Amino acid sequence: MSSLRPGSGSAFPSVIPRNQQIAMRHGGGGRAMRMLIEEVFMRGASDLPVDGVGLSAMDDGAAIRIGDQFLIVTTDSHVIHPLFFPGGDIGRLSIAGTVNDLSMMGATRLLGLTCGVILEEGLSFDVLERVQASMQATCREVGVPIVTGDTKVMGKGELDALVINTTGFALASRVVRDNGLRVGDRVIVTGTVGDHGLAVMATRNKLQLEGKLESDVAPLFDLVQRVLAVGGDAIVAMKDPTRGGVASALHEMAGKAGVGVLVSEEAVPVSEAARAASELLGIDPLHVANEGKALIGVRPDRAQAVLAAIREHPLGRHAAIIGTAIAEPKGKLVLDTGFGRRLLAEPEGEPLPRIC
Amino acid sequence: MNTSQLKFRDPALGRALGEKLTTVVNQIGRDPVSVMHVCGSHEQAIARFGLRSAFPRALDVVMGPGCPVCITDVPEVDEGVALALQGVRVATYGDMVRVPGTVKSLADARAEGARIEVVYGIDQAIELARQTTEEIVFFATGFETTAVATAAALLAGVPKNFSVLSAHKYIPPVMEIVTEMPGTRIEGFLAAGHAAVITGSGVFEAFVKSHGVPVVVAGFEPLDILAALVKLVELVRDRTPRVENMFPRAVTREGNRVAQEQLWKVFSPTGGRWRGIAHVPNGNLRLKEEWAAFDARRRFKIDVARLWDSAPPKLLGQCLCGEIMSGSKGPKDCPLFGKDCVPENPVGACMVSTEGTCRIWHQYGGHLDLRGIA
Repeated sequence: MSSLRPGSGSAFPSVIPRNQQIAMRHGGGGRAMRMLIEEVFMRGASDLPVDGVGLSAMDDGAAIRIGDQFLIVTTDSHVIHPLFFPGGDIGRLSIAGTVNDLSMMGATRLLGLTCGVILEEGLSFDVLERVQASMQATCREVGVPIVTGDTKVMGKGELDALVINTTGFALASRVVRDNGLRVGDRVIVTGTVGDHGLAVMATRNKLQLEGKLESDVAPLFDLVQRVLAVGGDAIVAMKDPTRGGVASALHEMAGKAGVGVLVSEEAVPVSEAARAASELLGIDPLHVANEGKALIGVRPDRAQAVLAAIREHPLGRHAAIIGTAIAEPKGKLVLDTGFGRRLLAEPEGEPLPRIC
Repeated sequence: MNTSQLKFRDPALGRALGEKLTTVVNQIGRDPVSVMHVCGSHEQAIARFGLRSAFPRALDVVMGPGCPVCITDVPEVDEGVALALQGVRVATYGDMVRVPGTVKSLADARAEGARIEVVYGIDQAIELARQTTEEIVFFATGFETTAVATAAALLAGVPKNFSVLSAHKYIPPVMEIVTEMPGTRIEGFLAAGHAAVITGSGVFEAFVKSHGVPVVVAGFEPLDILAALVKLVELVRDRTPRVENMFPRAVTREGNRVAQEQLWKVFSPTGGRWRGIAHVPNGNLRLKEEWAAFDARRRFKIDVARLWDSAPPKLLGQCLCGEIMSGSKGPKDCPLFGKDCVPENPVGACMVSTEGTCRIWHQYGGHLDLRGIA
């Protein structure tokens, strides 16, 4: 069980000076958001007594022991602009995002989702119906029902269009944490990185790109079942690289496990269109949000078998081993560019707000 | 040749050049062999591709005064701040806004109600002027590359309510200053390819002749930089100082004659301080007499003295930006780097600008030596 204390493991000072206000970066999934949670939400909060995963672990969700199983719970609020983007929409995102967090905790049986929506006065029924249809279609794809919900309306201008919160419940017999990497373990990414964030950015900036740049938003539950079946106990860590991208998620995994990770930049799969967009925008794909990818830590002797299994899955065709856990420097990522090595800095936050 | 077929990012070629670099540096047999580049874009590429970890230990590649925002001197920032606080709308590049003056930055002025407009270039500032009758001052910073853009815009004609506060700098003279500094370790220069597109590689010939230090013009892809470094250390090894152009796909000996004419039609070089470095003879570009009508310094009475009532921020005294830009110290020597001085809360100019040494090092993870990691 990791015991992250406010500011621990960081050479940086607090990002929340006195009398300051919340800035967009505090929701960006990077260092600023982590500090916000540590310094505000975790202060004085009681945690699970024993044998579970609670808030202080800052994992993808919670695990509460019930008999010989664990109840996995996670919650996520979705704010994205625009509501409809290449490859997906806020409806699909709101289901996939929560299902993926459950999956990353090692869930093997999905029980149900809740759905709370806050609507802006003036939102058209047509938009709402399209979003609802997309949510239902994604639920069917995964095989999980929405079991309860809540609806609120706020005045025009008090929020932008639509916010969706989903909470997910699932069962697991073995919880997979994000802190299990040991020296020598391999890190697999299940496909091309940066597609979601770059697709949304390209849409907002009206970039004309050759090739198809689409969000990867997809539920990973089925893919993860295959990973767990083939890898078993050799699957030691999982995390979905959403806001802040692979760089942010891997930093968390390395920091919590007390290892470094050597990442091969040449091994990281990036689609042609995403690469073009990232060069144009000057943004590293490793810093950009994904919504249908997982980082999987696996013991070295099972890495190839797990990789092969992932590649057989339609969502995992471009999977690759991108990194190896190393003893030093602890909590840091070393990027081998092919020309040399540098540190892969932990992003302050997602380069763009309202991305998921 | 179809340039899209050129592969400037071939790691195998990169490794071969890295080995060559080690061989030549070993042949020199001194430790360290120190060379300087004078361009934020070179530092970006070196950091982005992790080149420094592949350099031989005995080779020290130092970034010099290559960040135009960083070397804009404190009194120049004060002029911009004072103008803005006097009620003039000041348009400038985004990087300039948070650069500290004696006591205040443009951002501080904005917080006090001054109107600061962030623009991507002079054209946007001129457009602002066209849309209003208010006075718009373009606070112009940058080396010969952006100075040419300022010159071309003035020559093309600007509205009457538009003027320029020039903090433009000219790189060649500062190379002399750095070379002449007591105790300097610099044995050769990498010159910035894009500036040389305008000036031509020939601009460095007089310097090489007078100072006996080689200059190699380099492009910005990792292979450009590695190949130029190999050439530079060869010249150091052979004690044959001369100018070499290793960016011939863009740079000629003569440079862009039209741009040079425009530059010298509008600007004249004058001596002035570069932040943290020294007085640089001919290092500042000021508007010529005939452009007085568009020179903010002549158009307005700029009252900088009123800024000096309050004390400068305490941490600024510990900032090593000047030493870092003259190449005598690095970010790792600074007690503030990455602790009290971070991009979201910068103390010195080097952490403000995306071309600043400290900002680049911070962006790419700090100053850990990665050469030992297996």
